[in-house]
Amino acid sequence: MPNYEKNGQKVWQLRTTRSQWIRWGMWLAGLVLFLLSWQEISDNTLWFMMDNVGEVVADIATRATPPRWSYMNQLWIPIWDTLAIATLGTIFALFMAVPVAFLAARNTTPSRLLVRPIALLIIVSTRSVNSLIWALLLVSIVGPGVLAGLIAISIRSIGFCAKLLYEAIEEINVVQVEAIRATGASPLQVMAYGIVPQIMPAFAGIAVFRWDINIRESTVLGLVGAGGIGLQLQSSLNVLAWPQVSLILLVILFAVIIGEWVSAKVRGAII
Amino acid sequence: MSAALEAKLGQAWKKPHFIKNPLWRWALILGSIAYLAAAFAGIDVNLDRIARGWERGWDFIKAFGNPDFTSRWGDIYKGIYESIVMTIASTVVGIGLSIPIALGAARNIAPLPVYLICRAIVAISRALNEIIVAIILVAILGFGPLAGFITLSFATIGFLAKLLAEDIENMQKVQAEAIKATGSSWSQWINYGVQPQVMPRLIGLSMYRLDINFRESAVLGLVGAGGIGGTLNTAFDRYEFDTVAAILLIIIVTVMFLEYLSGIIRARIQ
Repeated sequence: MPNYEKNGQKVWQLRTTRSQWIRWGMWLAGLVLFLLSWQEISDNTLWFMMDNVGEVVADIATRATPPRWSYMNQLWIPIWDTLAIATLGTIFALFMAVPVAFLAARNTTPSRLLVRPIALLIIVSTRSVNSLIWALLLVSIVGPGVLAGLIAISIRSIGFCAKLLYEAIEEINVVQVEAIRATGASPLQVMAYGIVPQIMPAFAGIAVFRWDINIRESTVLGLVGAGGIGLQLQSSLNVLAWPQVSLILLVILFAVIIGEWVSAKVRGAII
Repeated sequence: MSAALEAKLGQAWKKPHFIKNPLWRWALILGSIAYLAAAFAGIDVNLDRIARGWERGWDFIKAFGNPDFTSRWGDIYKGIYESIVMTIASTVVGIGLSIPIALGAARNIAPLPVYLICRAIVAISRALNEIIVAIILVAILGFGPLAGFITLSFATIGFLAKLLAEDIENMQKVQAEAIKATGSSWSQWINYGVQPQVMPRLIGLSMYRLDINFRESAVLGLVGAGGIGGTLNTAFDRYEFDTVAAILLIIIVTVMFLEYLSGIIRARIQ
């Protein structure tokens, strides 16, 4: 136990002197790194712009209130599109994520050396690129519109769903699978009655969770031209129509809250 | 043997339905099909445009075989540097802000008024999409990494404070009470009774958030909030797919590296 002597008595301390110094060094390095980062941000900021931030905020706030409620008539179709992108995107992603997950899980993959790394590569590369970047790319391929957003959301969700799903597959109880196999079931039947029922709750949870995230993401896809309510947001921002912007933001907030509420309810019912 | 079992003898076993009530089941199935059909109908597919764009898509895929790091290296370097700087600064500030809010948002530590305020902050931060916050901040603060930095710090609160608060609520009461019984002050109680219990999770979550913040910082540039996203957007606009491929590869490799690093750190802590 680390201690030191004081007036001939041993006094307890939390750490040895050495680990104390290492800790101080790490904190110092972290602090220096942070200060350097902050300096870089500060150098790239026009601080004289900040003098009247309060006025700008007050100005925008007065312009943005009250929201232009009559604009709502033009928002119903974009809202429908946004929901369609989120829902269909999640469904497509799940169709593609399930086989990838089975190929990536250690206990179901046909080949650990060949197939598993490919499946993991698909998971990592689709997961690390944001859906807005996918949308940007797809807009230049399939043209602006809902389709680009739909594909972007699907691709982005594959990695997320497949990762969570293959972790669930790896955690299944082997005994149940063996019990089904012992009845003389074919590999497909083992899959359907031994593995699938065990991962079904996880699968449903992942699906609803991702649907919730996709609603949030699909609201901004329109900024790059990939359909949904983001298009209206972009065009309202471009003409500085703040009452419309505030209405759209309220609608998005409402949609996100509804999505979260539904997904919490469904997950609560399943799990 | 009961009569119910007797009646079932000789009949083939059938998987029970997920939803017992057939009326509900069919209503749900038909409703879903109707919705999906309607949603599909809303998508207009312009085959002509896709046929023209297909060539571009193929160019893009080919570009991954031959990414161009050199011709725009100055811009790429500047963008990546700015992204990393924003990631580090916002993660540090985000963690610093999240810890007091997490303490406030844990019902077993905070009194009710503080709890409600902190929960409200968390809820607002979670409900607002990063891109939307960035757009508003760019409108207020002007272009540049400051808007991105504030956006990411704010988004970190919603994530970190919520999960940390849940961990604090799930902590063992006994250890905290033992510290309290020694006559500790409030800060000593937090420091020796609560903090050691949640520290592994806090470090794990912070590493995970660092990873998320880097990914997000890659897109904030699309709306002018600094980082590699601006460079990426320019490259897309110029149809320089080889530069785009280079940037995407850098992002993917950095994210993989961060994930690997956080895996090691988390394994060492637990």
